[in-house]
Parts: sequence; structure tokens; C-alpha cells
Amino acid sequence: MTGPAVAFPERAKAALADPVLGTALAKLQSEFRRDRAAMLSRMPEFEALRDRAMAIRDHALARLDALLEEFERNVIAAGGHVHWCRDAAEARETVTALCRAAGATTAAKSKSMLSEEIGLNAALAEAGIVPVETDLGEYILQLRRETPSHIVMPAIHLNAGQIGETFRESHGGLDADRDLGDPDALLAEARATLRRRFLEADVGITGANALIAETGSIMLVTNEGNADLVHSLPKTHIAVAGIEKIVPALDDAMAIVRVLARSATTQEITSYTTLVTGPARETDADGPRGFHVVLVDNGRSTMLAGPYADVLRCIRCGACQSLCPVYGAVGGHAYDAVYAGPVGAVLTPALDGLKKAAHLPQASSFCGQCEDVCPVRIPLPSLMRRLREDSWRRPDIPVAGKRLIRIWAWAARRPTLYRLVQRIEIAALRLLAGRRGAIRSLPFAAGWTAARDFPAPEGGGFVDRWHASRREPRS
Amino acid sequence: MTGNHRQTESGPPRVGLFATCLVDAVRPTVGFAAAKLLEDAGCIVSVPRRQACCGQPAYNAGDRENAAAIARQVVGLFESFDYVVSPSGSCAAMLRRHYPGLLARDPDWAERARALGEKSWELTSFLVDVLGATATGARFAGTATYHDSCSGLRELGIAGQPRALLSAVAGLELREHDAADVCCGFGGTFCVKYTDIAAAMTDRKLAAIGDTGAETVLAGDMGCLMAIAGRARRTGARIRVRHVAEVLAGMADGPALGEGE
Repeated sequence: MTGPAVAFPERAKAALADPVLGTALAKLQSEFRRDRAAMLSRMPEFEALRDRAMAIRDHALARLDALLEEFERNVIAAGGHVHWCRDAAEARETVTALCRAAGATTAAKSKSMLSEEIGLNAALAEAGIVPVETDLGEYILQLRRETPSHIVMPAIHLNAGQIGETFRESHGGLDADRDLGDPDALLAEARATLRRRFLEADVGITGANALIAETGSIMLVTNEGNADLVHSLPKTHIAVAGIEKIVPALDDAMAIVRVLARSATTQEITSYTTLVTGPARETDADGPRGFHVVLVDNGRSTMLAGPYADVLRCIRCGACQSLCPVYGAVGGHAYDAVYAGPVGAVLTPALDGLKKAAHLPQASSFCGQCEDVCPVRIPLPSLMRRLREDSWRRPDIPVAGKRLIRIWAWAARRPTLYRLVQRIEIAALRLLAGRRGAIRSLPFAAGWTAARDFPAPEGGGFVDRWHASRREPRS
Repeated sequence: MTGNHRQTESGPPRVGLFATCLVDAVRPTVGFAAAKLLEDAGCIVSVPRRQACCGQPAYNAGDRENAAAIARQVVGLFESFDYVVSPSGSCAAMLRRHYPGLLARDPDWAERARALGEKSWELTSFLVDVLGATATGARFAGTATYHDSCSGLRELGIAGQPRALLSAVAGLELREHDAADVCCGFGGTFCVKYTDIAAAMTDRKLAAIGDTGAETVLAGDMGCLMAIAGRARRTGARIRVRHVAEVLAGMADGPALGEGE
């Protein structure tokens, strides 16, 4: 990611001061909570489905090498091609070269977080190939030159009014009286514009929600059907996918779909779930002539061997973002990362390095809601804590409050001293509070009193008072 | 007693009360309330003098070494009791869920930490799940809403136990607030490192609490209560803040948390 190096706290502060964003996030979270609860009430076996999905993902990761090779054999057998890319640069070069070979000037794209991760659009544009996002949210962001703020709802930070303005600025020639005030009107306008772009495109680029080893198929899950036009109208179809997306068999992909849609949008299934196997056959009336799967490692195989392997189970449903109270306060852009929210707090340090992303695993209250809703049970708080341990050990990464915690721990390991200091603290705090019961400002706890009063102690420590009033054998 | 506790030959359960550092320093009433609830339920309560903190601030900051040292200290101090009970889901979860992992590779302490974890309980969960309590015989005239503290809820499954005991308190009308299981914004050192974000979270919590019209908010963790009471005082939100143990023990007569005399 490029752009000014503004740290997370400043970005968060700006986000908190943005009322439009606040309204959008509050709406997302309350509706998602409500709809997810309704979904769960219809789905008593959801916990069992999560177990199954988790087991499938773990099994696939344990056999990643063999399954990927099986996938490659079956893609080739179906008439397609597989390209292996070590990192983002290789992936960009590979896709750009495939577009050039197809003589492309325009590439239609459906939503792909991996293409965001590898910075594909900028690379295509530099090579003279116009990338056209066709997912409504991604299309809006492309017009606004913004990045996704959520894994499955990329433009969730915007409201209909902002989108209407964007369309008026970008589409040109729109009647000033034309009402673009509601989502249906916006959708109709986007659809009319995008239909032309689908037909112009020389290449279609999709992501993949799963790679299926036994058939060499890719699975695409959307609600807009745009991915189906992207992969079937242009002459060449390129699918970009992280290597971790592999599953052994069709049944496994179906098990993933069952938790994916429910976790992403609380739907039982999305409007379109498509399996693509190879290019068009000779007897097919239409479909692409060329089918390419670009498999991207970009740090994943390294992660697989380390303590953060569990996060590779992620199926990119975004549920952890939709319910995270920190994400709900600041939105995705505050994270300044392709993947925001709890999963991003673990993935981003792995992809971009801990030094650049050190704030992200720190900015969590460890409420545990992310782990609670994750369809593949990624222990996100534990992984964030582990990243904090990495930061703690590294002299080149500043950890807020490190000195204070060391001093506090030193005292906590000396109970007699700790109690003595506590007695002084209690007396001082009571003096400061007076009769008010709470203290407005504490220079040594400015982080606390910047936003809240400090409730005054009742007086006397509990342990002291207990032993003053009871006779208990010395412990 | 109808719960899971098995009477041993030594008689009633001997409970080590782990008060937690915040109860100890800020609200001794909660410690006395917890002791009363345990004694009323037939336990013999001890409060080891050399207790300080469970080590969570170090553990969650990534300082494993200090966290492990503090964990060994707590294990040594409490392992002789039948049970360790704490008026905090977060600290009880630290003992029960995290100590065993923290000391797993320490051959001298792994088994001791595992054993301590198994007998460590949050107060309301101990009363209901272990002792089989259904009521505490308390009275509290007023309306209250209960906030689920995250660690207790998600690491120890505490949700029904406090509500069951509160529903048996005479005179108390319990009202659920929307998103009762969403974080209040405390999060330990999170709330001082990311003050603005934490305050925004607390404001949402206070708004949901306010919507119920309840006079009092109750929770089982001092951290949450400190954040909620402190932010309420700062923003002028009219809500009284108490630990659930104060109400259950009939010791909710004094000023609420952060309230003047």
C-alpha cells in the first residue's frame, strides 16, 4: 500500500470524527447482528458446520503441496493453465503478461481481495490495460479512487448520497433531475454503464472462493452475477487466488459455501455460486477460449510453517469485521491495510511485516467476538496476543506502556511492596476525589482521564480490611 | 448443595478468594460481598494476604516472562484450597484458561497450573454451577440491566448464571439492553492505549443501557464497571454502576461506583 505514512491512532481519530462513517458502521453492525441471530435461529447445526469447515481447511493446509499439484493436473486436463507466483510482483507480472498475450486493452474484473493484495489494478493500468471493476461496491471505489474497507462489503463506509454524487461526476450526461437517491436507482445506473464494459473487455479477471483439487475447478460466490459475466464473456479468463484457497473435493467446497454465505451476508446461499472448470469446450456455444489460474503464495507458505498458520484457514467472509467493536468504531480504512479488522490484524503483519503493522494487533480489547463468529474458528485473539509477544521482544518496535508494565510487574512480583504502594495510591486518589466520588484528571493516568473520570476508591484495600476484621491463619 | 461440589471428608469447601487487584484497590465492598455469598452458601473463605494481580496486563501486553512469574506466584498462593473463586470473569479466565498454557513448558509448574485452573471459578458461575445455588435471598428495589463482560462470557460461558441469581432477587426488575454481549470498551490497557476508540465503544454501550431506562447497570468485572462508570461521569449519562455481587449479597446500599457521598 502506498500513501502517506499516517499511523493507526491518527487515522482512527479522523474516522471517529466522521459522522457519515459512524452512521454507516452502526447500521452495518446492528443489521448484521440482527440478521445473523435470525440466521442462527434457523440453523441449529451451525456449530457442527463450523467444525466441519475448520476440519476441511486444516486438512487442506496440511496437504497443501499435494493438493495444489493435483489441482494443477486437473486444470491442465480440462484445457487450462496454472501459473505459480512466489510474491505480489510475480503475480502482477504474470497477469499483465497474460493480458498482453491476449492483446487486451480492457480487463473486466470481479471482486478479488487477492488482486487488492497484489496491487493488480495499478500494474494493469501502467501496462496500458484498463481494469474495470464490475462488483458494484468495487466499481464505486474505483471511480472514487478508494480501497475496500470491508472484505465482502467493500464500499460499506459510503452512503447512497455519496455514491449518487460519484456517479454524477463520473458518468457524465446524467440528467440533473434523475433520482439517484436509493440503492435500486444506483444499481440500475451502474448496471447500464457496466453492461457496455463487459462486452468491450478482452480479458476477464476473477478471484476464487475455493480451488477444488479433484476437478481443477474454481468456485465463485457472488450476489450480483457479475463474476459470471466476467468469466464467460471475454475470450480469456484469468483467476487469481491465494494458494491457501485449495480444498480437496467438491463436497468440501459445498461445506465451505454453507458457512461462507451465512457468515458473510447471513444468507443461506448467495444468488450465484459458480464452478468453473477449464475454458469453453468445442461444443459450448460461448465461454472463454483461454483459462488461466494464477496461484499466489506471497508469504503464505512461510506462514504455514510458523505460529500464525491458523489464519490461513480464513475463507474471507468478513464476519469478524462486521461484528468487531473496534472495526465498528473506526471502519476499515483506519487499518491502512488490504485486510482490516481482526483477521487483518493478524494477516497484515504476516504480509507487510510486523514493524509496519505493529499497531493492528495492539488495537484490540480482546473481547473475543471475532473468534466466536469465525466460521473456521481462527483463534484471532490468541494470534494477536502472540504478535504482541513478538513486538515485546523486538527492540525496533515501540510498545506503548512497556516501561510502565515492567515497573508494575516488578511490583506485582513483590506483594508486600505492592500492598504498601497500593495503600499510598488509595489515599492519594481519595484525597483527589474529595466528595465527588470520581477524579477528572490524573497526570499519571492521562490515557484514562482523557476520556473518562476515574472512579474513586472506597478507601482501604480489601485484603487489608479483611484481615483487620477477621482472624485468619497467616497465609 | 445440589451442584457439582462433592463433600470431602474435610467438610465444607475451602475457598481461596482471589479478590482481584481492582476490587482490592477500588471497591472492597465487592470483596466482602463475594465472601458473604460464599459463606452463606456454606464455604469456608480465606483471603491470602500476599495476593496482588493475576498478571493479565503483562500477559496481554506480550510480556510472557513477567506474566509467567506472576502466574507461578498465584498458583503457589492458592493451590492448597479446594477452590479459587474470583469476582471477575476476566481474572478467573486468566487462571482457568491461560495459566495452564502459560506454564505448560515449565516442568515444575505445568501440572500445578493445570490443577489450579481446574478449580478456579468466577463467583456467579461457582455459586450456580458448582454449589447449585438458585437464589441468594437478597432484596434490591429498582431496575437494572446486566452487561456481559467479554472474558467471562466467551472464555467461561458466563451468561445464564448471573441472570438466574439476579432474577431471584426480590424487588429487582431486570431489563436486557441491546447488544449486552458487546464489549464496553475497557479491554485492560486497550482503553488507555486507544482512548478515543475505547470511549466510542463505551458510548455505544451507555446508549444501549440508557435505552432500557434502567437505573443501574450491573456486571461481573470491575474493569468494565470502571470504564462504564468513568465514562458515564464524564459524559453526564445518568446511570448507577455496581458489581453484580453487591446486589446479590444485599450490599448495594452505599454509593454506586464513581458516585459522590
